[in-house]
Formats: sequence, structure tokens, C-alpha cells
Amino acid sequence: MSETKTIDGIPGVAVTVPHLAESLVSATVGKWLVSPGDYVKQYDVICELITEKVTTEMPSPVEGVVTHLLVKEGTEAAVGEPLCIIAGQAELAEAGKAKAPADGQAAEVPAIKGGGAMRNRYSPAVQALAAEHGIRLDEARIEGTGFEGRITRKDVLAYIESGGAKANLEPKRAAAETVTAPETQEAEVPVRSTGLHLSDEPRIPKIEVEGGDREYFIDVTPIRSTIARNMRQSVAEIPHAWTMIEVDVTNLVNLRNKVKNEFYQREGVNLTYLAFLLKAVVGAIKDYPIMNSVWAVDKIIVKRDINLSLAVGTEDSVFTPVIKQADRKNIAGLAREIDELAKKTRAGKLTMSDMSGGTFTVNNTGAFGSILSQPIINYPQAANLTFESIVKRPVVIKDMIGVRSMVNLCLSLDHRILDGVICGRFLQRVKENLESFDESTNLY
Amino acid sequence: MALMKYLEAIRSAMHEEMGRDDRVFVLGEDVGKGGVLNATKGMRDVYGPERVLDTPLAESAIAGVAIGAAMHGMRPIAEIQFADFIFPATNQIISEAAKIRYRSNNDWSCPIVIRAPYGATGGGALYHSQCPESVFFGTPGLKIVAPSTAYDAKGLMLAAIRDPDPVLYFEHKKCYLGVSGEVPDGDYIVPIGKADVKREGKDITVITYGMTVHYALAAAEQLEEEEGISSHVLDLRTLQPLDKEAILAAAKKTGKVLIIHEDNKTGGIGAEVSAIIAEEMLYDLDAPIMRLCGPDVPAVGTSPTTEKFFLPSTDKVKQAMRSLALY
Repeated sequence: MSETKTIDGIPGVAVTVPHLAESLVSATVGKWLVSPGDYVKQYDVICELITEKVTTEMPSPVEGVVTHLLVKEGTEAAVGEPLCIIAGQAELAEAGKAKAPADGQAAEVPAIKGGGAMRNRYSPAVQALAAEHGIRLDEARIEGTGFEGRITRKDVLAYIESGGAKANLEPKRAAAETVTAPETQEAEVPVRSTGLHLSDEPRIPKIEVEGGDREYFIDVTPIRSTIARNMRQSVAEIPHAWTMIEVDVTNLVNLRNKVKNEFYQREGVNLTYLAFLLKAVVGAIKDYPIMNSVWAVDKIIVKRDINLSLAVGTEDSVFTPVIKQADRKNIAGLAREIDELAKKTRAGKLTMSDMSGGTFTVNNTGAFGSILSQPIINYPQAANLTFESIVKRPVVIKDMIGVRSMVNLCLSLDHRILDGVICGRFLQRVKENLESFDESTNLY
Repeated sequence: MALMKYLEAIRSAMHEEMGRDDRVFVLGEDVGKGGVLNATKGMRDVYGPERVLDTPLAESAIAGVAIGAAMHGMRPIAEIQFADFIFPATNQIISEAAKIRYRSNNDWSCPIVIRAPYGATGGGALYHSQCPESVFFGTPGLKIVAPSTAYDAKGLMLAAIRDPDPVLYFEHKKCYLGVSGEVPDGDYIVPIGKADVKREGKDITVITYGMTVHYALAAAEQLEEEEGISSHVLDLRTLQPLDKEAILAAAKKTGKVLIIHEDNKTGGIGAEVSAIIAEEMLYDLDAPIMRLCGPDVPAVGTSPTTEKFFLPSTDKVKQAMRSLALY
């Protein structure tokens, strides 16, 4: 995660892009949350990292003062590349006193160079030498100068010669190389140090005017590209079928109108229709567990946990955070969770675990005013249900016309797993559950 | 001391030894007028056609005659015009010369030298470029030498002539005029079975023989100067018997070994050297043993591109050495 570096005579720890997940080789710096000169404690968030899987916050590995930001916002950096330099207070004072370039001997946090793939692969010669001198290779602070951070025989010999621990304090000469000017200029750009995210300016897309004025190009962000890939995979692999049902939610509307203000005062979150829908869906899934399954070619895997993926849109993308074990929550609990995930999503603070494990997706398309939509299944789930706009319509009830609050529920289903009959029954059950909510329903 | 070309060193060894020892004579195709590669140039004028003996184009006969003469007490030096043509003589060399001492329960011996100019010089293609040392390598009873410098060439030639058993003397054609060096006046030998450290170093060990020694030395020089990589270069000089002690000592020095030869990789000298190291000193190895050898294709091509692809060069050697150093 870090190595020592010396810039402008101030030795510091280079904070590098961590290896966030198996397949990730790079990350894009979203926002810097610190500026040069800021004091940070260990684990303080210093910037946002955007990857094609997740947007995450980068904690500081050390305590100290940020001296240089090396990667601009919106710029991609490879795993292992330094993001910024953080110097200990002592070094700064030192550097201030004597302008002469310090050689880093005083570095408080002696960092081991190279956390490469070969770091823990030891050659017979290295093992033999270590055994002979009683060195524990996994614990000793030996710099690996070989391929991918491998500890070479010479590294061990140098370590022994230097008398062990002392060796680590000497910064690698290679690490002392100066960083090119354009990167250090970054320090002059004003950087927010408080407040979160997204809302004040559209985040990534760089718009370039090229190829004449009749068209322009927008960079595909990592998230856009992940969405594209997932959508394609879903449509390519899953034979989608589609069905829709109409639900009379007049009683639910009355219920909500009656309790929503009180609920907000008590809970601090809005009581949305979505919470009721989720409750209704969870109940129906319990009756038809096959809805909660995955196609596995020679078998169908039915999931016991009902983890509802919730499609949440932001300005430029859509995420599907997951309400885990939704069947164990009451309406109030669901409302609270919906609120929390939506806020996290809009703030760009979702973690990997917030997004994984979904078994069935609900999409609140009504929020955009839609009354009919045809969702793409959230691969590899079996179905995706949309909740459309609630609209007042004249409805025939017992040969009389009444004005009722009506809503459409649309369901896309994996036709390899599900058929019309089971989906019809499932939707019917969701409908019954929704229509059964009335002013006597208990939210808790 | 005199500055001498590799070819001149070989010639002077034969020339001097013929002057010292009446039993020594050379035979081969066109050796009378100096041979196609000029190794025996001027020798007929001094020693006459009976000691600088032209033969028919029959390598089997050249080797066979030499064996017969040796058993009769002579010390023949048989020249195979190009190592590429040695194959008709392999039965004589492997089944006769190499086995005479063993077969006769030590009553007979076969003190012959078979000179085989080998390796590619450029434009020679398949009948003038081959490296057949691996064909003979591993034949008990046979000694094989392959000098890389003028000094070693003369010293090993004298040692080979005086050796009581058959010696295959591989001389790299690219060294003939391309390599020269100081050679002492008068009589000296380079002992058969002794490798030589041509350059001391501490980061990687290069083990090689023949022309590639020079590529390795040039690459080592450049790497030291440009990148601070220090290379230890061992010239095997004798391919059979291999100087195990020297190989192990050189390999142990750095724990990182690169073996280079122009002959094919599969079943080449490098395979045996590598096996010796793996058997004897696994726990001193700091990196997988590397080999840089000719590819396993029948022979070097005529076109410059295929030649370049096939043959080792300073650049290829340097690249291999660097990647081993960085491992």
C-alpha cells in the first residue's frame, strides 16, 4: 500500500492504489478529500476511488501531513501507482530546518518496498540462507528487489550484512526518484476537504468536442461499462419473458397518507410506497420460492435468503444495492433500509458488500413517472419486478364505476426457470398482499 | 607472446607438434593445399604430402584410417571439412574410436584428434552451419573440447594430440578470424576437463562455450556499464568430461544460472549442465535455471531473417542476462 518517497527534500510515504478486487488493475480518482498541507490520521479518508466494480473511499495508511497529490481527479491510476505523499510531522520539521534534501533516514514509518505477486515466493537459496541465519521471511522487513517484489538471495545477504532491522530504514534509492512536474502541479488545484460527493457537479464524463460540431464524444466511465456488460450478458443469456398486472392500491394510499407525517417525525425517514411493495413481494416470494432462484444449467439453485436488489438511479448510472434478508424486516425496517441505501448510492458510498448477494430485483420505475416498463433481469437472478406510477383511474367495481388509485406491476422473468402459470400466481399474490394493506395495517 | 588469430593458434599447435613428434600427421579433404578453411595452410610444404595427407570425400574413411593409424602407434589429426559432414563418420567415432580401450580391456587405445569446424558464420545455411556436439555428447570414451579463445585453442589442441584417447575438437568457424588473442610462444597445454572463468561477477552466472562466450562477455560488459549488473562468465572449454566442480562453483556464486549455446536447446549441453546443477545444488538456487539456445528447428536458414532468428547474438544474450538478473 505504501513506500517511501522523497519529493522536494521531504521524505514521505507514497500512498499507492490498493488492489481492490481480484480482477481490478486500476482505479480512477474520483474526488480528493484532502489537499496538500492537510493533516490526516491513519484511516482518515483521503480520496474516492472509482472502479468498474465499486466506488470506494481510500483510507490513509499512515498519520501525517499530505505533501503532494500525484494523481488528478478523474485520472486513472494503476494498482500500485502512488496517489499522494504523506509525510510524518517529524520529517516536515526536519525538512523545514535544513533545506538540504533529507535522505529519509528519519522516516518514522519504514515501508517495505514491493508487495508484488512474487513477494512471498522464496527460492531455495533464499530459504536456505534465511534458515541459516534464523530469519523469518514473512516477518523480516527485507526489501524485495527481484521480479514482482521477489526477495532475492542478494536481498537476504544485504539484509544480513546490514544487521537486520536497520536495513529497512534505508529507503531504496529508486524510490527517491522525483515525480514529474505536471503531477505535482496538482497541488495547486483547490480541493474540497469536507462535504460529500456528487451532488454539486456531474462527476466523470469528460465531454470532448471532436469530429466537427455535429457530434461529440463522452468517455465511457468504468461504471457505465460495467452496466453495459451486465445488461448485454443478461439479454444474451437469459430468455426474457414479460408480464404485467394491475393493482388497486387505494387503501394503501389512504394508509400512507394517514401515517406518513407521524412516521417521518418518529423515524426520520420517509415512508414510501416502495416499502410496502417490498413487504408484499417478500411475502409472495415466501409462497413461491422458485422466484428466488438462479439457473445453473443442470439444476436450479433456489436461495433460502431473500435478498432484494433495489435499482437506484443516479444522474448518470444505476446501481443495485441489496437489502439483505428482507424477509426478516417489517415495513418500518424496510423503509429505513431503502432510505439508507438510496442515500449511500446518491453519495457514491456503496461498498462491495452493499451490492452483492441479491436474489430478486425490484425497480421503482414509477419514480420517473413511467406506467409501463420492460426491465432487463439483474443477472443471474430469475426475475425483475417494476413498480410503476400510482395513477387515479375510473375502474369498474361490481358494475359501478369508481375512482381508484391504480398501479401496474411489470415482471420480466427468466423463461428457463419460470413459466406463465407460476409468475401469474406470484403476481396475483403480490397483488393480494398489496391490496390487503389498509388503515389497520401495522407498520412494525 | 604473440597476438594470434584463433585459426592461427590451431595451425601453430599442429605445426609445432608435428615438428616435435614424428607420429603426428594430419589427414582430411584438401588439407594438402591448406584445407578449405586454411587450417593446414603451408604445412605440406614443411612436412610433405605423407604427413599432410589428402583423402577422398569419405568421412567414414578419414575417421577409420585415423583409428587404424592410431592403433598402430601414430597420433593422427583427422580434419572433417565441416562438422556438418561428420555424420558418415559417426559409426567410426562412436562405435569404434570411443570403445576401443574398453573393448580391448585396456590393451589398445585410440589417440586420435578429430577436428570439426562447426557453427554458423552467416550465409552458410544447413550444410555449413551445424552444431553437432550434442550428437556425440554423452558418448563415454570420447572427449570433446570446444575452445573459445586463441590461447585455449592452441593449448587444448596440444593437450588433445597428446591425450591417449580420442578427442573431438570442435572449432567454431566464427572464431577463426573473428577472435584473436595473446598466445604464449612454445609449448603449453590447457588441460582437458577444466573450465575457465572468463569474467568474475556476482549477480548472475553465465555458462557457455565457443562463440557464445564472446557474446556473453560483450553483453556482460554492457550490462555492467549501463545497468550495473555484474555477470560471472564460465567458459566450459571441455564439453566432455564436464568440469562439474567449476560448474557448481560458478553456479553457487550467484544462485542464478543462464546457459547459452548455439546448438539446439533440447538434449544439448545445457540440458546436462542444468541437470548437474539441479542435482547437486538445488538449495543454492535463487532462480530457475535458464537456457538460451538455438531453436529446435533442423538447421539455420540461409535468409538473413531466419538466420537472425536462429542464431544467438549479443543482443539476445544481453536480454536473457538482464531478465535473469531482474528475476
